[in-house]
Amino acid sequence: MKVTILQFPGTNCEYDTQHAFERLGAKTEILWHKSESVPSDTDLLVVAGGFSYGDYLRSGAIAKFSPVMKAVKIFAKNGGKVLGICNGFQVLTEAGLLPGALMRNEHLHFISKHHHLKVINNDNIFLKKLDKNDLLKIPIAHHDGNYYIDAEGLQELHANNQILLTYTDENGQIKNPNGSVESIAGVCNKEKNVFGLMPHPERAMEGILGSDDGIKMLQGFLFA
Amino acid sequence: MKVIVNVSLKAGVLDSQGKAVHHALHSLHFESVSDVRVGKQIVLTINETDEDKVTAEVRQMCEDLLANTVIEEYEIELIK
Repeated sequence: MKVTILQFPGTNCEYDTQHAFERLGAKTEILWHKSESVPSDTDLLVVAGGFSYGDYLRSGAIAKFSPVMKAVKIFAKNGGKVLGICNGFQVLTEAGLLPGALMRNEHLHFISKHHHLKVINNDNIFLKKLDKNDLLKIPIAHHDGNYYIDAEGLQELHANNQILLTYTDENGQIKNPNGSVESIAGVCNKEKNVFGLMPHPERAMEGILGSDDGIKMLQGFLFA
Repeated sequence: MKVIVNVSLKAGVLDSQGKAVHHALHSLHFESVSDVRVGKQIVLTINETDEDKVTAEVRQMCEDLLANTVIEEYEIELIK
């Protein structure tokens, strides 16, 4: 299993992501954004979190034109598995690989805390180790996590089981930290090979750090 | 030629910053304000004088980069 992790100027979660996947036994490689190809042995490509290009203009707006993104689009189009975490999710929506957009949090604050999530659909490689309605405690850390999609797009997400996770309280009741449509925390594309979420599973790998619920999520990719 | 691009959130998309500014203006007793929308202005200087060409090019810039048309709309103004 080989995980390739993208690094743009301003990315800051690439080493956490590397650590998380190596703990699970994967081989990893950090790929600088100037690369024009994705390593051919890549099983999973992760667009890691951070602040690519300082979030100038809009989060992810400049990163989508980095040389590597052309190769990422081809990789995804050929069925390659792609996971975008936080800023990576923003990059993937900006690049048109995932539907919707991430806007400024409703109450304008940067939010950094553990938050509960509920599994909505698990008929995909990412969350197949989990059951529907399972609750997870995962850190969130973002300023632009307010997921927006229009009514038509939302209907499509429902019809194709593309909603992965929603923000809830510890009892599984909707608790929306940032104003996201239907409290959505993560989605996938229709083909179910491109995934994006605002929470950080790679920061929830060890109980001593508050939660190890991220293991069950990232493991999905490792044991196909 | 100078070109001004105004990017704003589409009608129907909640403008949290606009709402916060609206609230602040009311706190300052500017009670006549009934709505606030916050957008951004991008000023381009372009080495081209053909207006149609410039408009078409800037429209492409908006579609590709300057605006995210999932949530935003844009207006282009040429300054002669």
